[in-house]
Amino acid sequence: MKRIYLDHSATTPVDLEVAALMMTYYTEKYGNPSSVHSFGREARQALEEARRQVAELIGATPQEITFTSGGTEADNLAIIGTAEAMSKKGKHLITSSVEHHAVLETCEFLAKNGFELTILPVDAEGIVSVEDVRMAIRPDTILISVMHANNEVGAIQPIVEIGQLAKEHSITFHVDAVQTLGKIPINVKDMNIDLLTVSSHKIYGPKGVGALYVRKGVRLAPRAHGGSQEKKRRSGTENTPGIIGFGKACELIGKRMDKEDARQIILRDKLMNGIIERIKYVKVNGPLGEKRLANNVNVSIRFVEGESLLLSLDMLGIAASSGSACTSGSLDPSHVLLAMGLVHEIAHGSLRFSLGSQNTEEEIDYVLEQLPKIVERLRMMSPLYDQAIHK
Amino acid sequence: MYSEKVMDHFTNPRNVGEIENPDGVGEVGNAKCGDIMRIYLDIKGDIIEDVKFKTFGCGAAVATSSMVTEMVKGKTIEEALVISNAAVAEALGGLPPAKMHCSNLAADALHSAIQNYKDKQKKE
Repeated sequence: MKRIYLDHSATTPVDLEVAALMMTYYTEKYGNPSSVHSFGREARQALEEARRQVAELIGATPQEITFTSGGTEADNLAIIGTAEAMSKKGKHLITSSVEHHAVLETCEFLAKNGFELTILPVDAEGIVSVEDVRMAIRPDTILISVMHANNEVGAIQPIVEIGQLAKEHSITFHVDAVQTLGKIPINVKDMNIDLLTVSSHKIYGPKGVGALYVRKGVRLAPRAHGGSQEKKRRSGTENTPGIIGFGKACELIGKRMDKEDARQIILRDKLMNGIIERIKYVKVNGPLGEKRLANNVNVSIRFVEGESLLLSLDMLGIAASSGSACTSGSLDPSHVLLAMGLVHEIAHGSLRFSLGSQNTEEEIDYVLEQLPKIVERLRMMSPLYDQAIHK
Repeated sequence: MYSEKVMDHFTNPRNVGEIENPDGVGEVGNAKCGDIMRIYLDIKGDIIEDVKFKTFGCGAAVATSSMVTEMVKGKTIEEALVISNAAVAEALGGLPPAKMHCSNLAADALHSAIQNYKDKQKKE
């Protein structure tokens, strides 16, 4: 059976060129970058080249890049590291209700340990209001953390405006850009970003690698103490092959970003419009047009439940994801959809398709051919459907 | 994550639908938590002659609904009343732990339908 992968916001395949380069640094050039000998030096050189590649994609200098084990660790380092370094100045943190759990849970951890937290609401499209940020700022605010674009509904946040506010008030500004790196141009200087989280495995690099951009001069306490690697911010022998793979992935995606973005927008709109045309009682979640990530489609299909949709799609080889409780591992559906004001039963029926570089128009046609049949079958089983259509 | 038997019942659910003028109807769950199961019974004497279901929910919710209808068809009311949610899960070769409490309500829906039948009998 042909398989169609439409879950690129979860993870992506590693680019073959990236994988081949990494293999060299596992088996031939395997030195420890901290070693003095030639093995160490060749690893160090490649590591620093990767640092330059990551920095270039976000408009930073290489010295401002700290490699981590991924987005989650970078978020933790950014938030806890700022809280620790700045706690004498204040104890107030601001974030949004649609952040990734790596940010939300970390902020909530601090709120339980002597910090105060303001969680900003979002509008019906999942977007944070700049005015709300302004109103939330207090003299003791030390950190604002708002994601660049949301992983579930693709809503792009007003980062430039929030960055300007943070700068005016001398507040550290952290942005989780895991979903936008290589998809939307990022320039940390122009956007007034102090800390930026990025991850490798969302851009055709290996899993287990990420980075935190730390603007020169920003105070940040380390999270991992030990052998002083990464300028003492993150001790531990570097995941050299992984980091080198991440660097290469940054270089490759940077080259094709504009073209790929335009291509995915066409596929995205074809899929989204096709679903709306073919299936009744469907709601698009998240913004339309320029405020939406090029690769994100998120719809709620009423009277059916998300996991049932995923299982049915999976049996046809189609991989997607859902914000239903059954797939979130808790009894509640996605916190993002609830924050946008969706009622539980509509959030349970949400379905996300996230596009990637290998998806084709034929694949979208196949999904559009199969999905209405799946929905019809599940609706015939649903007690909610006959209630609704017999009203 | 699901057993083959669960996937079989999810893919080819038995006894989906409604019974017109049923002798008993039972519904459990709510849309808020993501699972609603409704069971219809056709009872002759003491025997469950026919049973149908409609379910909104995840794979486990559909599979347990389907399974319970298969387990009770042709059984007496007394036999049906001793079927537990755990027994339905067991008949399916088990459910993932997270599903045991939230989506394993089919026996409750069945019992609710039987109660509905008994309540109607009392009135008549």
